[in-house]
Amino acid sequence: MSMAPMADSANGYLWQDGTLRSWLLTTDHKRIALLYMASITAFFILGGVGAALIRLQLLVPAGAILSDETYSRMFTLHGVVMVWLFLVPSIPVTLGNFLVPLMLGARDLAFPRLNLLSWYLFVMAGMLVVYGLFRGGLETGWTFYTPLSTDYTQGHVLPVVAGVFLSGFSSIATGVNFIISIHQLRAPGMTWYRLPLMLWALYATSVIFVLATPVLSITLVLLAFEHFFHVGVFDPALGGDPLLFQHLFWFYSHPAVYIMILPGMGVISEVVSTFCHKPVFGYRFVAWSSISIASIGFLVWGHHMFVAGTSLYAAVVFSMLSFLVSVPSAIKVFNWLGTMHGGAIRLDAPMLYAMGFIGLFTVGGLTGLFLASLASDVHLTQTYFVVAHFHYIMVGGMVSAYFAGLHYWWPKITGRMYPEMWGRTAAGLLFFGFNLTFFPQFLLGYEGMPRRYATYPAQFQVLNVLSSAGASILALAYILPLVYFAWSLLRGARASDNPWQATGLEWRTSSPPPTENFAHVPVVNHDAYDYAALDQANRAASQEPPHA
Amino acid sequence: MPDDLAPYDTPQHRDETAVAGMWLFLASEVLLFGGLFLVVLVYSHTRRAGWIMGVRHTNLIIGSINTLLLLTSSAMYTLAVVAARAGRARRIIAPALGAAGLGVAFLGLKSWEWHLEFSEHLFPGAGFSISGPDAGGAQLFYSFYFLSTALHGLHMLVGIGLILWVCYRMARRRGQPVPVIPVEVVGLYWSFVDLVWILLFPVLYLVGRV
Ligand code: HEM
Ligand SMILES: [Cu+2]
Repeated sequence: MSMAPMADSANGYLWQDGTLRSWLLTTDHKRIALLYMASITAFFILGGVGAALIRLQLLVPAGAILSDETYSRMFTLHGVVMVWLFLVPSIPVTLGNFLVPLMLGARDLAFPRLNLLSWYLFVMAGMLVVYGLFRGGLETGWTFYTPLSTDYTQGHVLPVVAGVFLSGFSSIATGVNFIISIHQLRAPGMTWYRLPLMLWALYATSVIFVLATPVLSITLVLLAFEHFFHVGVFDPALGGDPLLFQHLFWFYSHPAVYIMILPGMGVISEVVSTFCHKPVFGYRFVAWSSISIASIGFLVWGHHMFVAGTSLYAAVVFSMLSFLVSVPSAIKVFNWLGTMHGGAIRLDAPMLYAMGFIGLFTVGGLTGLFLASLASDVHLTQTYFVVAHFHYIMVGGMVSAYFAGLHYWWPKITGRMYPEMWGRTAAGLLFFGFNLTFFPQFLLGYEGMPRRYATYPAQFQVLNVLSSAGASILALAYILPLVYFAWSLLRGARASDNPWQATGLEWRTSSPPPTENFAHVPVVNHDAYDYAALDQANRAASQEPPHA
Repeated sequence: MPDDLAPYDTPQHRDETAVAGMWLFLASEVLLFGGLFLVVLVYSHTRRAGWIMGVRHTNLIIGSINTLLLLTSSAMYTLAVVAARAGRARRIIAPALGAAGLGVAFLGLKSWEWHLEFSEHLFPGAGFSISGPDAGGAQLFYSFYFLSTALHGLHMLVGIGLILWVCYRMARRRGQPVPVIPVEVVGLYWSFVDLVWILLFPVLYLVGRV
């Protein structure tokens, strides 16, 4: 396979037709990825403002700026926007949308118009949620527990819940598109075990999108029905069962936490392999661990309800299953480390983010085991320990992976390099700021500070101030890339087709790729991470005289 | 190399992909209704007496007629699919319209049934007409009843719309080769809507009645 000549970027998908109309009606998966990227960046900023206000409030024990009620609405805003409008879609709809066809060697996703529809659904969903939040929001937290959300709330439940409901359909559409594309659109020679691990991860994520999201949808319908018509569904006064809501909610939302990590794991597999210039250690284990995380993840939801009044026997079973689900995650960590072991590691920004991910994810996963143990959870549940646990995974893990992926594929997406020095600086700041923000929260939780309160006893102040200080560093670490990415889009050095010397098919087309992705349908004749073949091709190319 | 087939290799490849997509979407739909049926499973046990009282208040006659209508409708649509596979465009439109018509009749009857229930104050809430110690369970039943029939009705509306769209396409493409796949894919969806009712019917009208 000869490398395609470096195309003039004006011919790429990005600048070919600049009209607004051509963007809003595009069915090109690469452009839809960018539409999504713009939308979720806006939500990330909105959620971030919420977080900043929360940390500002908690600088002093009596609460600095917000009333109790406003504080509740603020953490709800933060949680709802970050979980439903940023993290759940994040990597799949941006990097996934961009990469799935490229990695498969296909022209587009299986259903390009459905893909565009999913973006419109998502935008409508986002507008509904934002409307509800700006009308005054709600105080239920991102989990919408009944009967608060149905009978006692003073907030704007309906538009927010309707928005989350709608965003579910956008997730389902994306999931269907990915699964069918991976089954149907693989290039000649692209067998299942030659797929990049990113695709295995996105496949597993899509299974959760398709099979878990509808359960959330129906749960939200039931909630809205009870709230709107004032009839009994979960209302204990009518013999209804609020626990049933929690079962239904977590049946989706535990698998959904894997939606919020699996795609990140996929990115890390790609990045670690590339920057060690080595195949991923134990490819098949990593591939199947994605599938087993997605499957076992459907069976552990009860660990969110240990103290909610479920039976002890159920709790024991859920506890054991939760331990089981951490095994495939650990397999991944070991395999990444195995890949790095003895490799000549290049420490470019994507790799720094990836190494940050591995450390932070490990801490988050191990503390999950504290929570999955019945006895310690009784003490730790509803404290900042839980908050720290999931932030280590979702922010330390997933958001780091998102930034790793953005940096790694930025040259392919835009045809420009980002400034490497700044990239490394941001990655370092993120790791430092993150730990300063969230490590104190483990201690706070261990010492018993409950989550979701606007005030706290004075003895917790030092740790809270540290946490808030960390948050401001973290904010800087997130704002920096926004600035230099924007700069690089216009001024960055031109990227070659394969700046990192990576093996995926996406690097065999120009940067940015043409609208039809590949000049010729690629034929795959080696494994996903076959660096020997790549090096050989490079040697051959440097020996033969350059063609005009 | 842009061509109208992209991203598929051949028309057959495109067709397979469409059918696979519909099956996967239906798997998602199964879990949507699955959540509802979990509610049934729980409440029909924990609030058994009231739940059964609710079942006994449903209108078995309308429910049975509707079941008959919907099964017939599905069977009729199958004739359209058979005709499409045989490449006989003319034979598609009539049975498809028949299937849609029966669907509309179903919805008409269902609305009438709802109307009767509203006037008997069987909609849960403040004025609910069933009283006694088990009234709570009966209310839970009726919450489920209205929600599930509304959701099913919504799926019927979508299905009828899809069938009409197929008919419109067939009418417009007179004389050209028959596109089988849209007919098949809509058929899958319509059978699914039918299947949901086959489960809803015993749950709403039969189990616990005698
Ligand atoms: C190693 C695997 C994991 C285990 C054993 C585990 C265990 C747990 C347990 C037992 C809880 C409930 C704590 C309580 O409320 O008392 C919990 C909460 C939570 N976990 Fe994990 N977890 C794991 C991985 C993850 C991952 C991968 C994510 C996200 C990407 C995640 C996100 C969350 C969230 C968001 C909550 C809090 C939900 C809330 O109440 O708001 N966890 N985890
Ligand atoms: Cu969980």
